[in-house]
This record gives sequence, C-alpha cells and structure tokens, in this order.
Amino acid sequence: MSLFVDIQKQLGSFTLHVNFTAENGVTCLLGASGCGKSMTLKCIAGIERPDQGRIELDGRILFDSEKHIDLKPQQRRVGYLFQNYALFPNMTVRQNILCGLCREKNRAEKKRRADEMIALMQLGGLENHRPHQLSGGQQQRVALARILVSDPQLLLLDEPFSALDGHLRDALKIELRDLLARFGREVLMVTHDRTEAYNMSAAIAVMDEGRLLTVKPTKALFADPGSVRAAILTGCKNVVPARCIDAHTVEIPDWGVRMETRQEVKEGLCAVGLRAHYFSPGAQQNRFPVRFVEEMEEPFELILQFRYQNQKKDSPPVWWRLPKDKRPASFPEELGIAGANILLLYE
Amino acid sequence: MIDWYPLFNSLRIAAISCVLVFFTGIFFAYYAAKLPRAVKGVLDVILTLPMVLPPTVCGYFLLLIFGVKRPVGAFLLQYGIKFVMTWYGGVLAAAVVAFPLMYRTARGAFESFDQNLAWSGQTLGLPDTYIFWRIRMPACRQGILAGTVLAFARALGEYGATSMLIGYTPGRTATISTTVYQLWRTNDERGAFFWVMVNLAISTVVLLTVNMLETRQKKAVAK
Repeated sequence: MSLFVDIQKQLGSFTLHVNFTAENGVTCLLGASGCGKSMTLKCIAGIERPDQGRIELDGRILFDSEKHIDLKPQQRRVGYLFQNYALFPNMTVRQNILCGLCREKNRAEKKRRADEMIALMQLGGLENHRPHQLSGGQQQRVALARILVSDPQLLLLDEPFSALDGHLRDALKIELRDLLARFGREVLMVTHDRTEAYNMSAAIAVMDEGRLLTVKPTKALFADPGSVRAAILTGCKNVVPARCIDAHTVEIPDWGVRMETRQEVKEGLCAVGLRAHYFSPGAQQNRFPVRFVEEMEEPFELILQFRYQNQKKDSPPVWWRLPKDKRPASFPEELGIAGANILLLYE
Repeated sequence: MIDWYPLFNSLRIAAISCVLVFFTGIFFAYYAAKLPRAVKGVLDVILTLPMVLPPTVCGYFLLLIFGVKRPVGAFLLQYGIKFVMTWYGGVLAAAVVAFPLMYRTARGAFESFDQNLAWSGQTLGLPDTYIFWRIRMPACRQGILAGTVLAFARALGEYGATSMLIGYTPGRTATISTTVYQLWRTNDERGAFFWVMVNLAISTVVLLTVNMLETRQKKAVAK
C-alpha cells in the first residue's frame, strides 16, 4: 500500500512542486498557511488539476499528464475530510452517511452498513439531526463516518482540528488517532500545528512556498530538522545564522560566540537552531555571559529572554523556556547549552 | 362586464417567461462561474444589458431580429412561428427583460455556495447531477427563489419591449400594463384605475413574498 505523488502546478506567486511517497500510516504535511498543503491534497483527490506530473495509489494511476490519465474524483476512491467538514446542511446525519454509500446498490446492504457505521462512530440517537444541531466534535464524527463508510483507499485530512475549541481538540486527537490506526490505510494529513503533527503522524513532510523540504519520520525530524524552515516549523525559537569553523565548532556572529557541537558540521551550514528549553545555568559546555532582557509567563512555563554579552544590537533576544518551579532566585550570569542540543541547519 | 383577458394574458406571459428564465438563468449563472475571467466579464455585460437598457431599446433589438421581414423572423415564419403581434411574442419580450434578474441573483447565490460541499460530494462518489440538484440547488434555494419571484414580477410589469413587439390588440395581445396605457389614452379613467389597482395588488403580494424569503434566508444564515 503506497501513495506516490510527483506534481507541479503554477499557483499565483509560486510553483507548487511536490514529490513524495507515503507508506502505510499517517503522514503529515506540515507548513505555514498558504504554502500549498491543501492544494496538494486537492490535486490528489482530483478536485484540482496539476499542470503536470503523476499520482499513483496502490499501483493505480490516478493522474498522469503524459499518458493523459485524469480520473474524476468519483473514481479515485480518495476520502477527503474538509476543514469545515462540509456536511450537507439540507440532509440529516443518516442521509449524509448514506451519501457515502452511493456506490452500494443493494438496499439491505446499504442500510446494514450505515447502521454499522452509526454504531461504530457512536452516533446513535443523532441519526435524524441536521448538521447545524450538532457540536463540532459530533460534526467531525459524522464527516468521518460518511467518508469511512465509502471505503476509501486513502484518507486526506485537511486541518481536521482547526474548527474545534482547544479542550475538545485534545480529546478528539486521541479519538481520531485510534480510529485511523483501525482504518489501517494511508492517511495524509495537512496541518500548520507542530504539536498536532507530532501527536498524529509517523512521518512528516515539511513544505514551504510550494516546495517539499524534507520527508522524515516524525521523531527524527524534531531531533534534526536539517533546514531553517523545518526548524522554525518544528517550534525552534532560536534560529540564528552561523558558519562552520571546524568539524565540531560553529561561529554565531550575531551573538558573538563560538559553540561546540556534538554532530559533525558539514559544508554548507547556514544557521543553527537552539531549542529554548535546552539552556541551563548548570551546563558547562558552551557557557557564556548573558544579560536578562524580558520575561513572559505562560500557564506552566516561563519564557526568559536574554542577550549574550557581545550580541549585535539588531539581533533579537534569545529565548530560554523553563518550568515555573525551576525559576532561579536571580537571573544567572552565565548560561550554557550542551553541544548535542545544537541543531545544524543547512540551505 | 369586465374583460379579464389582460389579467389572464399577463399571468400567462409572466408564468411562461418565468419558467424559461428560471432554467436559462440558472444555466448561464452556473456555467458563467466556471469560465475564465475575461470571457466571464464580456458575457456578464451582454447578459446583464437588458436590465439597464430602456425596455423600448430591447424591443427595438427584438424587432430587428424577429421582425417578419428580417432573416430570422422570415425563416421562423416559414414554420408558422411569428413573434410579432402574438401573445407568445410577449413571452419572448418579458423573458429577455426579466432574464438578467434571474441570472444575477442565481449567480450571487452560486458564488456564495460553499464549494467544499460539492467537492466532498464528488470525493464520496456522488454523480455531478445529483450534487447539482440535491446539494447545490437546496443550498442556494433562497437566492434562486428570490430571483424567480423578481423575474416573475418584472415579466408581469413589462411594458416597453412588449408594446414594441406585440403592440396592443384587445383580446389577443393586451396585457395589464398595455391596457392601462390604452385605457388612459382613450380617456377611460375608471378602466385605467381598475387595472392599476389589480396591478398594485399583484405587485404587493410579490414584494411580500420576496421579503418573507429574505427574512427566512437571514434566519437560515443566523443558524
């Protein structure tokens, strides 16, 4: 079971050009708004037409510009969960679910499968409600039920949690993750939220301005994002230009410091990323004098901003994030960071 | 004894032209939305012109095309179809003038339609015709109904193009609006007043219907 995508499409100010293979499990397209994530999903579903390229699902060609193959969305068997769920407002929950069964001609079978799905998705009692009478979470369940009952070979999720309130979101994440595990086919999910991507997916593809920067297993991506955009998208707060001095030393001109790294520095290094929670007053490596600038409180954490002694004026302050109970009595005069925690970022 | 023929003829013309305009208006509104922008702009101007042109100018163009001595008119006459001085010529005149109202309101409704609904229908495997009639049309029904009512009202009140194309023949081509003018011109003030009141009554009902549809639409949006 695999999805192969290699497409190009001109989009206003940039060209969408993505090329990836997704295997079983959940793959996440992570990128800022407007980078072409949703357009990629639409091309795979057949709603939008790429200028050229090829899309293949389990050996079935869905689109091939050279062979002039362009299957209609109806023929692709690709389920698409829209951001706003796109439930048909003039139909009840049951009628919405029956729409997913339009390929099934046998009436008794149709009814049986609809009932089964209603029970599975815990929608019993809501069959005759209209979409606007449902909560956000229920709407999502109906939309998923409608898609899953149509037995798609691939499931596309477009920002599945963006329409939900924060507290509901976390509960539904677990629910959806378990459901997708049972679904057992490829899932491609689009999000701009790194936590969501981390929670849900086995692999992440990072997108920027229509290009695919990296495709990596989720944990590997967070451990070593590899590029500036990927580092920022995975939530790295301190990304700063740097250059290679030797195999294990980098210079950060903006901060006026040189740091040791555990990873070997290769040719073409352009920046380093230092995650905000890795600084420590106790660390002996890469220890430099610092000066406190600003403080911001979060519910359970504290963000302290500081500057290095010789930091350039126009360089933004450095973020240090720590749990509230670890707050030092006075701001330390020196801060260090382990060489293993310096992310090396390339062009 | 009042001759009710103008009322009957007006309602007949308005109803038939309304049905014609309903389908053609929806057809053009739906397909115009899919066209490239430049073509859409030009088509939009042509389709909307009858709304801004004086109806007599529309009538002039209709005579230019369908006059019995013109190529198209002469051709149709061979098959016994004559739009000049016939009641179904009135249908043509009313339809042309009422068309932009239907077209524009339907287009507005289609443009505000959530395209995700159609797309999700397609990915679920629903046929395009099903999506059009069972999902798109119900979602746009308030706008389309309002457009239909407006088109009906406009067709009912049509005077300029109608009088140019079919004139006024009592018992054959007379409509309410041409009758009012004819009676007034011949100093039959009571007769004219009577038909004015009839017209007023119908228009009031139509406007009340439009308002009702609009409030219902607002409620639907508020949900």
